[in-house]
Amino acid sequence: MPLLWLVLIVLGLAAFGYVAGRASALKTANGDARLLHSLPSYYGYNVVLKVLAPAFLLLVLILIIQPTIINKSVSGMIPESEIGEGSSRGLVMAEVRRTADGLDNAVAAGVMDKEAARVLTTGSADVTQILKDAGQIVTNDITQPVLEAAQRYRVMNGAGNWLRAGAVILIALAGFFWAMKESHTEFRARNSVEKGVLAILIAGASVAVLTTIGIILSLIFNTIEFFRLYPALDFFTLLEWAPSFSGRGGSSSLGILPLLWGTLYISLVALLVAVPVGLFAAIYLSEYAGPKTRAFAKPLLEVLAGIPTIVYGLFALLTVGPLLLSVFGDDSGLGWMQGQRAVLTAGIAMGIMLIPFVSSLSDDIINAVPQALRDGSYGLGATKSETIKQVVLPAALPGIVGAVLLAASRAIGETMIVVMGAGAAAKLSLNPFEAMTTVTAKIVSQLTGDSDFASPEALVAFALGMSLFVITLAINIFALFIVRKYREQYD
Amino acid sequence: MTETSMNTPSGSLFAQDERTKKRNAAEKRFRMFGLAAIATGLLFLVILLTSILSSGLGAFQQTFINVPVYLDEAKLDKNGNRDIEDIKKVSTFGYNPLIQQAIFDSVTEQGIETPLAKAKDMKALLSASAAAQLRDDVIANPDLIGQTVTFRILASADVDGYLKGRVTRESVARDKNTDAAHLDLVDELRDAGVIKKSFNWAFITGADASESRPEQAGMGVSMVGSFFMMLVVLFLALPIGVAASIYLEEFAPQNKWTDLIEVNISNLAAVPSIVFGILGLAVFIQFAHLPQSAPIVGGLVLTLMTLPTIIISTRASLKAVPPSIRDAALGIGASKMQSVFHHVLPLAMPGILTGTIIGLAQALGETAPLLLIGMVGYIATDMPDGFFGGFLDPNSAMPAQIYEWAKRADPAYYERAWGGIIILLVFLLTMNIIAVILRRRFERRW
Repeated sequence: MPLLWLVLIVLGLAAFGYVAGRASALKTANGDARLLHSLPSYYGYNVVLKVLAPAFLLLVLILIIQPTIINKSVSGMIPESEIGEGSSRGLVMAEVRRTADGLDNAVAAGVMDKEAARVLTTGSADVTQILKDAGQIVTNDITQPVLEAAQRYRVMNGAGNWLRAGAVILIALAGFFWAMKESHTEFRARNSVEKGVLAILIAGASVAVLTTIGIILSLIFNTIEFFRLYPALDFFTLLEWAPSFSGRGGSSSLGILPLLWGTLYISLVALLVAVPVGLFAAIYLSEYAGPKTRAFAKPLLEVLAGIPTIVYGLFALLTVGPLLLSVFGDDSGLGWMQGQRAVLTAGIAMGIMLIPFVSSLSDDIINAVPQALRDGSYGLGATKSETIKQVVLPAALPGIVGAVLLAASRAIGETMIVVMGAGAAAKLSLNPFEAMTTVTAKIVSQLTGDSDFASPEALVAFALGMSLFVITLAINIFALFIVRKYREQYD
Repeated sequence: MTETSMNTPSGSLFAQDERTKKRNAAEKRFRMFGLAAIATGLLFLVILLTSILSSGLGAFQQTFINVPVYLDEAKLDKNGNRDIEDIKKVSTFGYNPLIQQAIFDSVTEQGIETPLAKAKDMKALLSASAAAQLRDDVIANPDLIGQTVTFRILASADVDGYLKGRVTRESVARDKNTDAAHLDLVDELRDAGVIKKSFNWAFITGADASESRPEQAGMGVSMVGSFFMMLVVLFLALPIGVAASIYLEEFAPQNKWTDLIEVNISNLAAVPSIVFGILGLAVFIQFAHLPQSAPIVGGLVLTLMTLPTIIISTRASLKAVPPSIRDAALGIGASKMQSVFHHVLPLAMPGILTGTIIGLAQALGETAPLLLIGMVGYIATDMPDGFFGGFLDPNSAMPAQIYEWAKRADPAYYERAWGGIIILLVFLLTMNIIAVILRRRFERRW
């Protein structure tokens, strides 16, 4: 039974349950709602909750477990000989799934009947051709073990789907009758429903925690897998980044240090653009600007923060890069810059992106400095700028450092601008006109390339992601700690 | 205090002494720095917007050739019985000479002199899609065969670029398809009204095209992909985000678990978006075997990414509802749950919707996670079929499409990418304006 129908049936049962539960509760009270413990609708909701919650929980559980079990049992059927050179069990399994889908489509299109699909062998018919006729894209000629595995996959999936439908409907019905039995005057329906709703709210709040766990698990497992294929010491200490393109590993040198250097260098350039501009803008807006200027300039600056990073990426590639090249390139006679992609190109575009980030955070922090400090300084005869330089800024310094750190973590994790503006070659160089690459850019290129998913060249992306996650997390926690500490100081 | 400042001033009170002048100058200078910083920020914004508009508006115009084509029966339907199967057998190669001949004829008819003496030389003026367009029209309406029909055909990217100033005589010298004679001809034909620029609806509604046909590429399909992704985000992130916020703001006891969730949410908001892409790849594609490049996977990843934004803004608007509302509800006998769902939540709704729209806008422009789940590199040439196909069929998304075009390293595609950015920004602007209006009209200050 298709998933959609199953969901619709359960939802239908729940809707019916609402009406039935409400009616049955009213009936036990002889139609007088005042005799019920709770409002009549709560008896209805009680049924709805008890039908939906267990049924959907079971459904989600089955949806997660079923493919794993079937995959495991089917992939056991594929002999080692079937997995060719440069291939993997995962790729053959993908082929099996495609074949199974193809058989399904062929049956649906009426090319063959159900029985034929079950007993088909490669000897008796040209399966590849039949599947191609059915509009299914199959790459290789299908071999007998693959076909058998696909048939088995279909049978198990079919049986699994019916089992799933049966189990879910059964548990929904059980919930239905349980709740119906409770629909009488004595039952505290509201309390029961509210307990259920609270559980749902808690589940919602746990999604955030589950996300973090998911991130950490997916990074850790693949990173461990990578370190099994590639020595961790090399990864952290090698000064060279040169993945081999054969996809077979061995000769690749995958050192994170050049990437880290590129990341930090580009972030540094970005901060050199963003911090002075952002900080001075924040000082002017909070200390000098009248309400009119503030109302006009602040939202306009924040527009910069609302622009997607892909726009900054294109801006770096097509506007900043050519501009820098015309100033510093061969044409102007300086000859410092060879290509449009360079540390400066990406850094400047990223700096523009970070200006509103620095300015609005610093603005908040400067505003939080108590007026009494300023008044004291004015009372001693200091000018406005002296007050700002000698009183306000030192008082706000920890907060501003926190803001700059948050901006730095944003810069380190930024992807699109460096993918488009920074270049592809990893270099350890001090020249800002040279193309360099970053951790994020390499995560993208290693995972979107052609290399096999189980090779160290692809798995290294997870180790890079793990490093990125740890670095940004550490900076964030430190920055939030500083900002919070500082806020407490003046609260 | 230094010693000098303690001295009594030697000159008049009305004349500033050296030190005061210096201090005042420093004051002025500092102020100027502040103004300059704001001016720099705004200047960057202006540069960004002008370069988007100046490079992108061209994509909304496209060059077309209006030409009467004689649909030769001898070539398109040899048997003459208008059998649709026979007509389908003629491939686009059969149509190309007809179009080239038609343009050549109209060139001679206009009396334009050109060194291009053969009909075949007209090929460079035409988009590679022209023959397919004709063939589709003929198959849809076989009665056209034998008649002379005026078609509006896409011009090639070079011709289009020449009329827009992107292609010049110098750049054409390196081009192997087009040469200066073609450009002269284009000038003449434009004066004769055969070649015309007009508004390019196909860019907004059309599908992506192959690398060699930038003149045909459009954003339509990827817009649909983005739309389905946003549906997923809206229907998952809003309920989950609101549930989480209500729990944390109204019910959660002060304990370790609550602290953990709070720290978690503020940290998730700062996790680089590419890491969410890794999560999506590992969990949804590798582990759960959801289809690659499908909007539903993109939507799930973006849901997890926007969740912290929505939770933070929802909590702020729940907090803004004064406690007296809750107390009043509890006072007349409502349960805690009833006071929240019947009174606090409706009052906080405008703020929650504003936060949700801003979160959606952020998700709409996000590109990096989509790179990893295969939404870039997929050439979105077909509209998804049906409602469920919209979620499960491979598709692209607006920012992914822009990146894909930028990657093709062709000036004609760069123009499309800028144009795509204009469309994307129009969507973001609309969403933000709606959010501002919502906030202005419905948000109550207590």
